Amino acid sequence: MRIEAIGCEPLQLRRVHLENSRALDVYRRNGGYEAIKKVFDGMSPDDVINEVKKSALRGRGGAGFPTGMKWSFVPKDSPKPKYVVCNADESEPGTFKDRYLMERDPHMLIEGMLIAAYALGSKTTYIYTRGEYKYLIDIMDVAIAEARAAGLVGNNILGTDFSCEIYTHTGAGAYICGEETALLSSLEGLRGHPRMKPPFPAVSGLYACPTVVNNVETLTAVPDIIKMGGEAYQKLGTEKSGGTKVWSVSGHVNSPGVYELPMGYDDMEKFIMEDCGGMLDGKKLKAVIPGGSSVYIMRADQIIGKDVRMDYEGLVAAGSSVGSGGFIVMDETVDIFESTKNLTEFYKHESCGWCTPCREGTDWLVKVFKRIDSGGGRPEDAQLMLDLCDNIEGKSFCPLGDAAAWPIQSAIKRFPEDFKKRIS
Amino acid sequence: MSTQIVNIQPLSQPVNLGVEPATFSPEVEAEIDSHIAKYPVLRSAILPLMFIVQRERGYLDPAGVLYLANRLKLRVTDIWEVATFYSMIHVEPIGKYNIQICRTLSCKIRGAGKITEYCSQKLGIQVGETTADGKFTLTEVECLGSCGTAPMMQINFDYHENLTPEKIDQILEKLA
Repeated sequence: MRIEAIGCEPLQLRRVHLENSRALDVYRRNGGYEAIKKVFDGMSPDDVINEVKKSALRGRGGAGFPTGMKWSFVPKDSPKPKYVVCNADESEPGTFKDRYLMERDPHMLIEGMLIAAYALGSKTTYIYTRGEYKYLIDIMDVAIAEARAAGLVGNNILGTDFSCEIYTHTGAGAYICGEETALLSSLEGLRGHPRMKPPFPAVSGLYACPTVVNNVETLTAVPDIIKMGGEAYQKLGTEKSGGTKVWSVSGHVNSPGVYELPMGYDDMEKFIMEDCGGMLDGKKLKAVIPGGSSVYIMRADQIIGKDVRMDYEGLVAAGSSVGSGGFIVMDETVDIFESTKNLTEFYKHESCGWCTPCREGTDWLVKVFKRIDSGGGRPEDAQLMLDLCDNIEGKSFCPLGDAAAWPIQSAIKRFPEDFKKRIS
Repeated sequence: MSTQIVNIQPLSQPVNLGVEPATFSPEVEAEIDSHIAKYPVLRSAILPLMFIVQRERGYLDPAGVLYLANRLKLRVTDIWEVATFYSMIHVEPIGKYNIQICRTLSCKIRGAGKITEYCSQKLGIQVGETTADGKFTLTEVECLGSCGTAPMMQINFDYHENLTPEKIDQILEKLA
């Protein structure tokens, strides 16, 4: 598997290939913990938030919400403790970048969390990691202990009056816990059910205290933003999509892997056909899911010869979205009815059961898929599935319902032939 | 919802169901203490503690549930409702080695189905079953974040990637 930056100097992937890249001294020798020193050297919390705002960094977990704005929602005058929580629950099918960022460069995440905690006035932070990534929790625990011994975590960090603890926490196998309010429920020791918004976590999050939840890749971008300045970071990308983005590439390409691209990388076709080594066994491209299983599936003819720009606006214009950057490439052998059935089974399994449209809707969708699969398809089934989706999308309690509907809606619209041949 | 945690009153008396709660060595108790110390609210330690109970007892058995209820000052139902939500918490015995094959899209299109079939034949059990000697359980699970190295499986906590039948032979031989 390849791990590489293309079209830009590696930022997030700068150290991943260094020998012993997890070690504190390697991190320090290669630019590590310089950003936190710069912060302590005269930046106020507001200065930090302003730099992040200028960077046009958007949340890398999937929703793409501007990070600086999220941070600025935390009330400054609240007497309650404030929390920073790193969302390392990475569970969106097709996404595995956070795993490599943590595995290869854990101190980058620690530094990002310290800077976020400083900016938000938080003394206690948690890294919520999916249960299956136990080995990453072990890696993070070693790195945190190393940082603590060097005076970088704990009381009076680097001799300042800023104190901050970083704790690791484990999930236990639930996709829904990647949704930030469900994650907070889980971190409080409850079932991972999402919560009503508002109040947003920035006002009432963990233990009903002001909380910011950020994805791993979002937080690991922060040290570079501080070091180079928000404006310089933004300019690596486009006006509204600042910086670089780490993509997870899987499926039918010769070189699947983790790729860092500048936001606004301007040719998805070249990315697939050259950067990722081209199609496996020379087969023809059929479809791409560019941003994790929840986003709209794209047809090859929406990509080939279309100069699709890989950033938030570019992908929306091309008919999909960046999502988590889980880039799944499918060749001509894939039946889109089958692939959509597979994803619908995923959403049915992962629906948390809290709200009726998602719990019942995903179950019915799987029933229809199975009936068609066993030869009982009816001409009205495509419309039936769209109606079911319509009763989920926008009507469920949290975005998991939407995420279940979008793959089906886009697949039926863009690959009607694969459904027709199963139904009639 | 967001104030829910504040409204739950800790129990003042230990729970007694007529089953003896599980006991652990001082080392394990110390490990449990180190997790509890991370949080301002006892209940937050529930998942890390469930993993420890599972590791020590093979699965989260009634005695383990009772231990957790007493340790976290919660009702037994509070423990059960959390245990049954998460797919990695096992409330029934499972094999010593839990073979979890990823079935989601990226693995599926790179041959996960054949990997499952191969393991099933080799072990002589269907998905969801445990071998008669209690050694292996075979399960299909959703995306494990290993899509670039598909097909893959996780045995207990260890990742095994870029799987082929030969590789599976080697892995299972080592565990046999």
